[in-house]
Amino acid sequence: MPIDKIFKDEASEEKGERARMSSFVGAMAISDLVKTTLGPKGMDKILQSTGRGHAVTVTNDGATILKSLHIDNPAAKVLIDISKVQDDEVGDGTTSVVVLAGELLREAEKLVASKIHPMTIISGYRMAAECGRDALLKRVIDNKENPEKFRSDLIKIAMTTLCSKILSQDKEHFAEMAVDAIFRLKGSTNLEAIQIIKKPGGSLKDSFLDEGFILDKKIGIGQPKRIENAKILVANTAMDTDKVKIYGARVRVDSMTKVAEIEGAEKEKMKDKVNKILAHGINCFVNRQLIYNFPEELFADAGVLAIEHADFEGIERLGLVTGGEIASTFDNPESVKLGHCKLIEEIMIGEDKLIHFSGVAMGQACSIVLRGASHHVLDEAERSLHDALCVLSQTVNDSRVLLGGGWPEMVMAKEVDELARKTPGKKSHAIEAFSRALVAIPTTIADNAGLDSAELVAQLRAEHHSEGCNSGIDVISGSVGDMEERGIYEAFKVKQAVLLSATEAAEMILRVDDIITCAPRRREDRM
Amino acid sequence: MALAFDEFGRPFIILREQDQKTRLRGIDAQKANIAAGKAVARILRSSLGPKGMDKMLQGPDGDVTITNDGATILEQMDVDNQIAKLMVELSRSQDYEIGDGTTGVVVMAGALLEQAERQLDRGIHPIRIAEGYEMASRVAVEHLERIAQKFEFDVNNFEPLVQTCMTTLSSKIVNRCKRSLAEIAVKAVLAVADLERKDVNLDLIKVEGKVGGKLEDTELIYGILVDKDMSHPQMPKQIEDAHIAILTCPFEPPKPKTKHKVDIDTVEKFETLRKQEQQYFDEMVQKCKDVGATLVICQWGFDDEANHLLMHRNLPAVRWVGGVELELIAIATGGRIVPRFQELTPEKLGKAGLVREKSFGTTKERMLYIEHCANSRAVTVFIRGGNKMMIEETKRSIHDALCVARNLIRNKSIVYGGGAAEIACSLAVEAAADKYPGVEQYAIRAFAEALDSVPMALAENSGLQLIETLSAVKSQQIKENIPFYGIDCNDVGTNDMREQNVFETLIGKQQQILLATQVVKMILKIDDVISPSEY
Repeated sequence: MPIDKIFKDEASEEKGERARMSSFVGAMAISDLVKTTLGPKGMDKILQSTGRGHAVTVTNDGATILKSLHIDNPAAKVLIDISKVQDDEVGDGTTSVVVLAGELLREAEKLVASKIHPMTIISGYRMAAECGRDALLKRVIDNKENPEKFRSDLIKIAMTTLCSKILSQDKEHFAEMAVDAIFRLKGSTNLEAIQIIKKPGGSLKDSFLDEGFILDKKIGIGQPKRIENAKILVANTAMDTDKVKIYGARVRVDSMTKVAEIEGAEKEKMKDKVNKILAHGINCFVNRQLIYNFPEELFADAGVLAIEHADFEGIERLGLVTGGEIASTFDNPESVKLGHCKLIEEIMIGEDKLIHFSGVAMGQACSIVLRGASHHVLDEAERSLHDALCVLSQTVNDSRVLLGGGWPEMVMAKEVDELARKTPGKKSHAIEAFSRALVAIPTTIADNAGLDSAELVAQLRAEHHSEGCNSGIDVISGSVGDMEERGIYEAFKVKQAVLLSATEAAEMILRVDDIITCAPRRREDRM
Repeated sequence: MALAFDEFGRPFIILREQDQKTRLRGIDAQKANIAAGKAVARILRSSLGPKGMDKMLQGPDGDVTITNDGATILEQMDVDNQIAKLMVELSRSQDYEIGDGTTGVVVMAGALLEQAERQLDRGIHPIRIAEGYEMASRVAVEHLERIAQKFEFDVNNFEPLVQTCMTTLSSKIVNRCKRSLAEIAVKAVLAVADLERKDVNLDLIKVEGKVGGKLEDTELIYGILVDKDMSHPQMPKQIEDAHIAILTCPFEPPKPKTKHKVDIDTVEKFETLRKQEQQYFDEMVQKCKDVGATLVICQWGFDDEANHLLMHRNLPAVRWVGGVELELIAIATGGRIVPRFQELTPEKLGKAGLVREKSFGTTKERMLYIEHCANSRAVTVFIRGGNKMMIEETKRSIHDALCVARNLIRNKSIVYGGGAAEIACSLAVEAAADKYPGVEQYAIRAFAEALDSVPMALAENSGLQLIETLSAVKSQQIKENIPFYGIDCNDVGTNDMREQNVFETLIGKQQQILLATQVVKMILKIDDVISPSEY
């Protein structure tokens, strides 16, 4: 009796070896895809969107590449997901996590082929991951107590992160900038307070960090262009006709005179509102919504600088910097907190006029102005800087740092190897495989730089045999060297997240022995 | 296909468009049904037990689910065959009733069907097989009752509960930290349990997940977690000793449901309307302030002006909170949900010791913790994990563990896991078979054999020699007359499930046997399958 089909049409099932094979292949394909972007000499990818305009993105950021891929393979989707989470959680290491997971699966495939049960591999991987993390924990450097040392650590971390990106040319410059910006946050991880303004033109070197706050807006006509000791009211209110909000209200009149009267009343109302606002004793008014010509004129008459249509984030940041509260009603001027700053002026960056608030009360927020040759460069620079800022803000909270350049991987690999020797049973094969997967990362970094990876990694391994070795691969000079001397540092939190999520993802994919694909949902034809 | 003829010899058509329909009758129908049932069971078989594998399911929209939970697998499988759908239902009802053992019940049903097929080949009538199964299941359930053990726990000593939950969790991907998750599940259930009435309302336990962090960061919060932040960025992020007004009315001008129009035709009217509007906002905020609220949680949105007024009067507020969460908050804080500002009174406010906002990761995601509530009967399990699928699977696993803990509070009896209970039942059924005269005896024996299939699947998934292991355990059980011996899936080195601390709930096991038998009986009784032709 043939078994009737159980599934719907187009739904399919892959079982056992086939299922495993398909997930291995999918996962490895993804990891191979991003592999070449790893490390300081990693290459970039061009992404062309299928949407209108075929917008082009040039990037080196793993998460960005993977996010834009259309993937059908379910195992590949798992990898994309971990990369995305890595991006959200620590901001950097998005490529490493995928490459490591891919390597773990590649090793697992070999083990499965030699008849080791996936569950055994998983338990081996778990032990190895645990052991690797302990090895790192033992060797972390924590300079929290020493602010000066800590700052130099941060700069080194930022440089390490940036050196694989487009900003590597001016990494010192950008690293200083990123660290300064992070220190202004005073320990909070709220990166929204750091505003990144992109202005094409100039070169990347011309980018700068501004102590104050820059708002990408123009000052109203006829209003002062420069205010000293400004009192700022940050508001979110309608400054157009200010409609009556009660539902169902409408104007119905029977003669022209009445229209005029009501118009007058409206104007009066607006004027009232403006007067109320002026009663706060301000000389600068920033509104999230539009300001119509009439109130603008009134403000101009009163010599108050009015800025309209500052976007939502801009308003929030401005509130944060100047210490004012975001107001929507203006009846009791005495209790509204106003923002203060020493100087508001219009400045020019490239061809655009921007408003610059300097000498602000609360120094939390700041602006980074990026300059560059094209939009693609600026976009990529922003992504890179964002990565660096993320890592730094996480490091400020968890100040443990590690050496970079494949050093952590080698340290882990050594410990894991030792564990493998001590562990009896089939698990030890899996543990050994884990250490091989770890070594694959420095190998890839060296390969991408066009170096002799076999030679370098072997040398590195030999040097790591001695206790307390600080050796890693210095890709720039193409040799093995002391990472501490060359100032290549990485954040512990990033490495830990890479290790754990890669293991978790590999484990998840390994456990699968059956893939059931449902029939794709039919789209309604929109013809 | 048999045709009926009328008295003149013309073919007599009973079914509409008979010749276009495929029809299976008699033994063929049963065989086809059994084959379909078995096919479903075969898919799940490899997921059973602590060494069971996972399934990867790709949904119609391309979303990926990786799970080990029988009910979830079957639910998402996009099944077309009618009999296969019955199996899906079977697993679902086990999920609703018990919450755990959803894979086991399907494997069991599959085994019963397989045995039934053999009996059919012998020429035994399906009804007799069904009856035999019925008798056998009764014997098995009674035997379970006999070998079940009461076990004692109370609020201070919940170790046994944790052990049972760990058994459930050990088959999931989260078994890396099964200990801490089991503890979380048990503590959560105990926090909301009504030990007097032996009842647990699982609705009071909210399971919330957020990607990022690691599984070890999963925590139990004695309070509510809301995936929202304060409505105004400059409101305080932490409120101690909060008095919470829970509102289901928006901070917006009223929108009467009846159609109306307010006509403005004079300047005075315009003025009054404007005044009224201002007054309206003012009153709303004042009302909240007057009753002594220090936090407003609202189901709807706020108008900008209202938002600022709230901020201005130092009254933090949260907007767009979902209905279910609102109810939970009301339960936890002992407040009442207030539909209109006029009805706001101090008694209706909820109380919480601490409300704080916490941000996660590098993106601007914030969550609101409401802790130290007046009535700590609502708790939240907050799951962290490396990726979305992990979180989803952890949620399902936690749900299973919660259900197990609840079942234990309802009924303190347990049986031993690792296939021990099935082997014991199989022996009891086997022994009882000889007492029944008639054809049913064979069916009962077949039932006993089917019971063996669960430990067999366990052994197979653990990579053990199945027949050898099973027969060894069986003989051990008979020799020592102790029903605690099961399959040693984790390679611990002992078959004694008491030592391994592998427990399952009695009702769960009983339900598995009863439900599986019922479905198999239903399938056996079908002797005609008429399906419309493909067109």
